Amino acid sequence: MSEVEETIKRIQSHKGVSGIIIVNADGIPIRTTLDNSTTVQYSGLIHQLAAKAKSTVRDLDPQNDLTFLRIRSKKHEIMVAPDNEYLLIVIQNPNAV
Amino acid sequence: MEIVYVYTKKRAEFGRQCNFTDRSAELHVDIVPDPTLAENFIERNPVDSGIQCVQEMSEHEINTERFETGSRGINHTEGGWPKDVNPQEVEQVSRYRKKVEKDEIYVNTIQQLGSIMEHTIKQNNAIDIYEEYFENLQLDEVEDTPSAKTINVFRDPNEIKRTSTHISWFPDGPRKLAVAYCNLEFQGSSPDTSMDSYIWDVENPNKPEMTLKPVSPLVCLEYNPKDSHVLLGGCYNGQIAYWDVRKGSQPVEMSPIEHSHRDPAYKAIWITSKTGTECFSASSDGQVLWWDIRKMGEPTEKLILDPTKKQDPTKALGAMSLEYESTMPTKFMVGSEQGSVIACNRKAKTPAEKIVAIYPGHLGPVYSLQRNSFFPKNFLSVGDWKARIWSEDIRESSIMWTKQYQSYLTDGCWSPVRPSVFFITKMDGTLDVWDIIFKQNDPTLSLQVCDEPLHSLRVQDQGRLVACGSHTGTTTLLELSDSLYTLQRNEKNLVTAMFERETRREKILDTRHREMKIKERAKSSADGGKEKEEEGGEAALDEEDLYAKAENEFWSIINQEKKNIEKKKEADMDKADPGKQSPIPEDGDQDQGGEN
Repeated sequence: MSEVEETIKRIQSHKGVSGIIIVNADGIPIRTTLDNSTTVQYSGLIHQLAAKAKSTVRDLDPQNDLTFLRIRSKKHEIMVAPDNEYLLIVIQNPNAV
Repeated sequence: MEIVYVYTKKRAEFGRQCNFTDRSAELHVDIVPDPTLAENFIERNPVDSGIQCVQEMSEHEINTERFETGSRGINHTEGGWPKDVNPQEVEQVSRYRKKVEKDEIYVNTIQQLGSIMEHTIKQNNAIDIYEEYFENLQLDEVEDTPSAKTINVFRDPNEIKRTSTHISWFPDGPRKLAVAYCNLEFQGSSPDTSMDSYIWDVENPNKPEMTLKPVSPLVCLEYNPKDSHVLLGGCYNGQIAYWDVRKGSQPVEMSPIEHSHRDPAYKAIWITSKTGTECFSASSDGQVLWWDIRKMGEPTEKLILDPTKKQDPTKALGAMSLEYESTMPTKFMVGSEQGSVIACNRKAKTPAEKIVAIYPGHLGPVYSLQRNSFFPKNFLSVGDWKARIWSEDIRESSIMWTKQYQSYLTDGCWSPVRPSVFFITKMDGTLDVWDIIFKQNDPTLSLQVCDEPLHSLRVQDQGRLVACGSHTGTTTLLELSDSLYTLQRNEKNLVTAMFERETRREKILDTRHREMKIKERAKSSADGGKEKEEEGGEAALDEEDLYAKAENEFWSIINQEKKNIEKKKEADMDKADPGKQSPIPEDGDQDQGGEN
């Protein structure tokens, strides 16, 4: 098994994690653990939001950069780890038993 | 250009400042008054001239242009893929993904991001930073004053405005409103008046979502609760039509004129049936007709609202309102033009038996009739200047009623979620909300919705939204405050108790009334058999009898008064004798007793 698969499996094994999506710089989902339509929706929207968040942080201070994005919602938390090339999106429900 | 006069001045003197000097006055011209000229004029005496002692004011009006909004949609599809990859082709997609997955940067990035991500996940699982500490703490219920706010106003888009006669809510959620528009004034609509009725999107008051085009204006319009695409309409000319919104603005089918109502079909209601295609309608021609929209050729059943139970169309009472509760599918009630409320049972053997009971009702047409959804034995009727609550068992009088209003009532209905709350619309444009647990003598909330008479009212099934239609076709959508649509603690029990108490009170009063009558009868029969006829008539007071009685009473009063006047004259003449004055007031007292 490749290192990437290992990482994904490790993340998946944590409590409350319900989905992992890896998106490239164009917003294309590369690897996902969710079904196709959900993945497309998440990757399209989160990619835009992350780009906006990144540019906001940079606009406020050009020396600064976005390192992590947490979106806390009623049902779950969407966590986004950004990088120049790829986005790692994890959906976790921390209150899940 | 012709030069008329020339002033000359040396160039050197241009722009010199002027030097003012003092000198004595000198006379240039002296014109002597010429009295002959005065003869050319006529003196005006007196002179009239208008004077205002208040400040003059003017009024100007400017109407800003209405802002028209429209809705547009965009369909987003999956994108961002390189040109040579078709996202629809599974093979191409997976090949591209595999290529990316082999990329070294990809592997490194994911590993690095994975560790950051794991950290946060662990953090989340270790401590709930959003933990609600005081979750179980009960907040003291804040008693907010009942209120309502206008959300949207839907105006009749036509030049010639019509009354919004009936409103129906979309059965699957509060998203749409079907409003029937019709000018109800007799021969009041000109040939240019539009006949269309509209379906409105609750969010968009600028343009109706759909237009319904009947052949005669609609007086009522009702969504089919089983199939939200189908609407039932009653026309001004008495025809019944139904629409399928998927099939366009024209009605799918209409009842033929010869088998329809002869008067406006004021109410049409869907019946709960397996097929969801049955309905019935009532009209002021005194008929109730049952229909099946699969077979609109003729009514499946017919009932003439003859209170004498002889099915005589000449004696029929015109129907203004219709009541049907889906939990009691065989029963229904009709509110008549003459003010009485007729309870009927559809499943009776003979047509005559279908009329079960007649309640005295109101002094004018009964505009609205509805059973309480929690206590179907109790129903609300709206007519004249009062709204009344009835118990099915008490046929002599209502068990509760509102105060006598200053303006005429036009419509009313119960709240679907609170058994103690009902709404009333009035001619002065106000909407009254009554909560009979909170206050019995006054409405809990009285709201001026518009300056013209309100005509129709409908509450959405969740009880939060109320739509009111006005005389000139303005439909106002109101949102009620929380307290008016959340069931209060113990409310059902309190309402049960109240209805029972009032029913009992009415029963006691009724029996007492009867006892008194029997006593009186016994007394009068002892006096002589004179009034026997009257007793006989009392059981079923014939109309002619009533007229004769009223006429007799009238003439007896007149004669008494005449006598009184004569006596008074006599008394005036005999004023000198004080002994004769005393009989007059005594006579007066006796007269009053006689009138009663």
